[in-house]
Amino acid sequence: MNLDPKAFPQAARTALKDPTLKPVLGRLKTHFGAGRALAAQRYGDFESLREAGKAIREYAVTHLDELLTQFETSVVARGGTVHWARDASEARRVILSILQDVGAKTVTKGKSMVTEEIRLNPFLEANGIVPVETDLGEYIIQLRDEPPSHIIAPAFHLSKEQVAETFRVSHADLDPGRALVERNALVQEARAVLRSAFERADAGITGANFLSARDGAAMIVTNEGNGDLTRLLPGTHIVVTGIEKVVADMDDVAVLLRLLPRSATGQPISTYVSVMGGPRGRDEDDGPENFHVVLVDNGRSALIGTEAQDVLRCIRCAACMNHCPIYGAVGGHAYGATYMGPIGAALNPGMMGVAEAAHHANASTFCGRCAEVCPVMIPLPKIMRHWRAVEYAGGLAPKAITRGLSLWAFAAKRPALYRLGARVASRLLRLMSRRGAVRSVPVSNGWFAVRDFPAPQGRTFQEQWRGRHRK
Amino acid sequence: MSKASRPRIGLFVTCLVDLVRPQIGFAAVKLLEQAGCDVEVPGAQTCCGQPAWNAGADRDARDIAQSVIAAFEGFDHVVAPSGSCAGMIKRHYPEMFENDAAWLARARALSAKTHELLSFLVKVRGMTGVTATFAKSVCYHDSCSSLREMGVKAEPRALLSSVEGLTIDELTDGQVCCGFGGLFSVKYPEISERMADDKIADACATGARAMLGGDLGCLLHLKGRMQRAGKSLEVRHVAEVLAGMGAQKALGEP
Repeated sequence: MNLDPKAFPQAARTALKDPTLKPVLGRLKTHFGAGRALAAQRYGDFESLREAGKAIREYAVTHLDELLTQFETSVVARGGTVHWARDASEARRVILSILQDVGAKTVTKGKSMVTEEIRLNPFLEANGIVPVETDLGEYIIQLRDEPPSHIIAPAFHLSKEQVAETFRVSHADLDPGRALVERNALVQEARAVLRSAFERADAGITGANFLSARDGAAMIVTNEGNGDLTRLLPGTHIVVTGIEKVVADMDDVAVLLRLLPRSATGQPISTYVSVMGGPRGRDEDDGPENFHVVLVDNGRSALIGTEAQDVLRCIRCAACMNHCPIYGAVGGHAYGATYMGPIGAALNPGMMGVAEAAHHANASTFCGRCAEVCPVMIPLPKIMRHWRAVEYAGGLAPKAITRGLSLWAFAAKRPALYRLGARVASRLLRLMSRRGAVRSVPVSNGWFAVRDFPAPQGRTFQEQWRGRHRK
Repeated sequence: MSKASRPRIGLFVTCLVDLVRPQIGFAAVKLLEQAGCDVEVPGAQTCCGQPAWNAGADRDARDIAQSVIAAFEGFDHVVAPSGSCAGMIKRHYPEMFENDAAWLARARALSAKTHELLSFLVKVRGMTGVTATFAKSVCYHDSCSSLREMGVKAEPRALLSSVEGLTIDELTDGQVCCGFGGLFSVKYPEISERMADDKIADACATGARAMLGGDLGCLLHLKGRMQRAGKSLEVRHVAEVLAGMGAQKALGEP
């Protein structure tokens, strides 16, 4: 599937017409929204926790240089290696060279959005290495050759019937008569198939939810245990993550760990919390012999010092998209990008350029629910508006919008002219109305594509008021 | 009440009320006078500038904001029958002038005395009830800006509970956006349509005979969608009902 953020309007229209998508997206509210609300309520003073999380991440974002250097020193002291990647292509090359050094043929992968961001899988395949996604959702979409539609539930757009269909096609060597109705049957089948991948993997790649600078450790939260099998069984483990994931120490991680699962799925804690502190020690029974961390910038550091800097606080919980009515209407694929929903709208224009991802910043009503639930209090609508201002100032906004706005603003700055214009508009709209509604006005196709305009009641307020008060 | 203690209110009519539903402006004046205020309507007002600001047209937005500040800074309070326009002045005018100390001070001063109508009546003027009759069950549409930017939720319900004959049937997903979003409704009509249809379905499922709300933008969008889709729920601004104007024709009623 091609990722094209510029095709958002067309992709959104297609998604809105997809009859299978609406019931699936309805689960955002029952599945994630209700869970988050209950978890926050049960926690008690969740707002203070959000404040604490914001402060921790704010400190990290404003001290990235110190924390990342400290992180590297700590990783090296534990016998690991840190690699710095300026962009996606550098990250891909670094990862490939680590894998080639150990002669890896099969690589298991824990869920990692950064490896989606850098388009790692197609690159590995092109270089003769087989990546096997081991998170159930990621595994399903890998079989279907689709990108994730959600950052923590990559196959969220699929019904279990669609998953069963995919398994029947992909697991062609299994009994075609087997029952694949229950969710558990699907899980068991994937589990059995993935076992053999875990056994033959030469290397494992995971992401990281947080990095502790003091400990030189990376941490992931998972619910399936696949992360541990990915990082512990093969001889080589590569952590691929964004530079912004670092925090000062495990005390900070502990606070964020209270926020992340509650905001994401409504769980007080994820089923597994794995701390990855370097290669196997001399007195340890398990763990990889080689431990690498690839720190990916890919446009992140360029956001520091800009009006979009706060977006770097993000801990990728997906609460914003779970509560976003736009995401809830069109789903994740419509965005044509690795990061979708409000976090995508705030991040993508910065990482891809405004010309590329302007639709993401514009496709918001600024309803504010995303900022309301964000565990680290990122002012998402404010950042989206910033990108709109960059778009407008750069002459990139659609001409119909800029011309209309300029004309309207010209009048809005001249009250007498504006009052006259309003009087004329009111009369015209009333003349054009039939049974209380205006059906169409040639200058606003967008409005009249889907709705009428209720006819004005009578003369404008200003006209009536001035008539009464003779001022 | 002595003349001296009556605060001078500058009514920010809002461009949509001015154009489409002047009755909301008169209802606001009536309620403010009932609450012991003197109301004036500065002629120099047009719009709060939100369409420009949300589109990223910062220069136009600032120009418009400056004329609003100049027109309204002499009043004791500025009141708008809209959470969205009041939120623009209260929350976003100070953001606009972050790099302009002189205007920032004036924007902050105006922000501090700008209110959404219902919260002003209840929280500032201590209004606890009205004398009005509206013998219908209603659902209440909280606009996102009233709810999240201005923190208005209890106030309309408190005043509506004093209206004779009126009962409130709450929406199931009252905190969810209706899909208006200003220019969003024009730029992404199909997404906006889906959100409106979900809201309208929620409203119809309550069994209420009328939908009330505090923001005409949402109501125009929802009523316009109902007209197109052949749904006949009555739609009004809450101020009309509170001011005893609920017998007048509803929004979009021929």
